[in-house]
Amino acid sequence: MRAIIMGIDGMSDTKIAFLSGKGGTGKTFLAVNLAYVASPALYIDCDVEEPNGHLFLKPNWDSIRNVTVPLPQGDSVRCNGCRKCIDFCSYHALAWVNGRFLVFEELCHGCGGCLMVCPTQALSETQRTIGERRAGISGSIRVLSGFMNPGEASGVPVIKSLLHFNSMGTAVFIDCPPGSSCMASESIRYADYCVLVAEPTQFGAHNLNMVYELVRLYKKPCGAVLNKCLPGNDPSEDFCLEHGISILAKVPFEERLGLVNSNAQIAVREDERYRTLFMELLLRIETEVCNAATGNS
Amino acid sequence: MKIAIPVSSKEQDGAVAASFGRAAYFLVHDETTGLQTILENPAAQNTGGAGIQAAQVLVDSGVGTLLTPQCGNNAAKVLHTAGLKLYKTDSNLSARDNLKAFQQNTLEELVEIHAGYHYGH
Repeated sequence: MRAIIMGIDGMSDTKIAFLSGKGGTGKTFLAVNLAYVASPALYIDCDVEEPNGHLFLKPNWDSIRNVTVPLPQGDSVRCNGCRKCIDFCSYHALAWVNGRFLVFEELCHGCGGCLMVCPTQALSETQRTIGERRAGISGSIRVLSGFMNPGEASGVPVIKSLLHFNSMGTAVFIDCPPGSSCMASESIRYADYCVLVAEPTQFGAHNLNMVYELVRLYKKPCGAVLNKCLPGNDPSEDFCLEHGISILAKVPFEERLGLVNSNAQIAVREDERYRTLFMELLLRIETEVCNAATGNS
Repeated sequence: MKIAIPVSSKEQDGAVAASFGRAAYFLVHDETTGLQTILENPAAQNTGGAGIQAAQVLVDSGVGTLLTPQCGNNAAKVLHTAGLKLYKTDSNLSARDNLKAFQQNTLEELVEIHAGYHYGH
């Protein structure tokens, strides 16, 4: 088994993204444990509002740098008060009162549009820090994590900063933010394959549908992992069967697993059963990726 | 001076709207002419920045006083920069009765500015 996994040349440089319609479904659990069995690997935590992969991997950060976004500032001498910038801004981040130009930092998306529409070049840009990009090493796993500062409207620039990486030829595991918003879609931009993580409830099936719609929109090949499985009917499994989504693995709902996770331990390192499960899952994903690449999906 | 009140409908004697930025309309009373007009709020359906845009509209319309049940941080920054005075509406009174109450000096200044209902994403 080990020999087969180690011999996965098909996984080099392959970028696998983990998605779910809501938080707490098991994206980090899967991404971290798969990175561990696939290592050497690159693990990227794009869940920048609440990154937690590093709690399990405990990397030594060797690089921490600020992520900044451009912010307009006005020159009241040059400004003729035409308000073209204010009308242009879809986020209503600008106001002009009493000859004063007001910028609402947390609403500005840094698109630069206001500078382009200004007829008197009264606007210029400064840089504003919205978060951090950290890089570190955990054993043979390279870890990249984004940390968005609380109160910021969008973590997309932090995610963009994470997706400039060199995988050094290893497989890449991208832990996405929950949901199907712009932050999730940014996270899967360069992914070769998406793993949709689902819980076995009606609500879980609804959340699965959300991310399924997202990956279809981006025409990404995908498969599902049914997590926290219990005996009996699983609406998420029904959804997969109905839509022809490959079920890559079923992870049982177990107290042992809950305990390992809540102690921030890596399951595959703690229990041989989970190691086997994740090695099989990795192999299955590799097959799926190969099939998708050759059009046999 | 012009006085504005956020209202939820165009009707005569309508109720004061629950919020400032997303009120459907503003009832504007012009003290010099005695005329009352209804101003549509272009920010009513905004996903974000509603308070800022609504405040900009009032400032641009020459409003000097706002009577409102509440006001968020961002809107207050625009309104204060423009030098508008804010008063808290009486929830038991209609928009027009609030206007009368203001003219009789029975409304209190709005001092509590809330953090806003800013969207996530």
